[in-house]
Amino acid sequence: MKAEVFVTLKSGVLDPQGKVIARSLRALGFEEVRDVHQGKYMVIDLEGVAPEEARKRLDEMCQKLLANTVIENYRVRVEGAEEGNS
Amino acid sequence: MKFAVVVFPGSNCDHDVYYVLKKVLNQGTIFVWHQSTDLCGADAVILPGGFSYGDYLRSGAVARFSPIMKAVEAFARKGGLVLGICNGLQILLESGLLPGAMLRNRSLKFVCREVGLRVENAETPFTRCLRVGDRLRIPVAHADGNYTADEETLRRLEGEGQIVLRYCDEEGRTVPESNPNGSARNIAGICNAQRNVLGMMPHPERCSEVVLGNDSGRAIFSSMIESLAQAAH
Repeated sequence: MKAEVFVTLKSGVLDPQGKVIARSLRALGFEEVRDVHQGKYMVIDLEGVAPEEARKRLDEMCQKLLANTVIENYRVRVEGAEEGNS
Repeated sequence: MKFAVVVFPGSNCDHDVYYVLKKVLNQGTIFVWHQSTDLCGADAVILPGGFSYGDYLRSGAVARFSPIMKAVEAFARKGGLVLGICNGLQILLESGLLPGAMLRNRSLKFVCREVGLRVENAETPFTRCLRVGDRLRIPVAHADGNYTADEETLRRLEGEGQIVLRYCDEEGRTVPESNPNGSARNIAGICNAQRNVLGMMPHPERCSEVVLGNDSGRAIFSSMIESLAQAAH
């Protein structure tokens, strides 16, 4: 089973990389770009766990290691389970 | 006194810290590998700078789960002196021994240069040889030194005297121009409420001998030695 984890900086936390990307896009002529939030995308391959249980386990993984909840939000998507946020 | 310098895969300032403590300050000093679960009876622990685990995921995020960190956390909770330098501070933040987190430097560049530091609290075991308002010159070398925390935490740090070092200019003013990385409130070093854990981005081990043209950093280690000596009496 495949799970996807998205980690981004919380809104209000300075995202210097996102700012530079936004500026570059505008410089390239994409004037409609207002803001960019860059983050991390992880694909996690799981085995021997039901989708709902997997969601709980992934939540734990995010809390413990994958995201620093002081500055980051995370979103988890598991095949066959409902989507969840931090 | 016995100092333990923890070595993670990717630590690169471990030998500098060891050299300063052992050869310059004549202290008993040992290296402790991160897989160890025992601090071998050390009186103080140093988490040195470097790039533990290649800074993968986030600086310090993986090292924080190294087996030795359980012993370091227990040691800190009992009041043992723990100094985290640069990556060491990042590990302390990730482990929750100090509050807040590090963001990428505001410039998005790796900053490697000497900076001015103002001593904000001289009543810690790490700064007792200094006075409030003293100005130190110590080098920084990092990409993730942009300290951040929520407003409430920042206010608490300020109110409780937990901001120990701040980036300052030649006149000792903590102005935005003297901030090398965008760190909140020009924070360069913070301690916990109990004062026994200090984390700082600048590298005191790189300037602890007159022959190097700068021994500003030595006061941090001398303070620790004095504190330990006093506690032993």
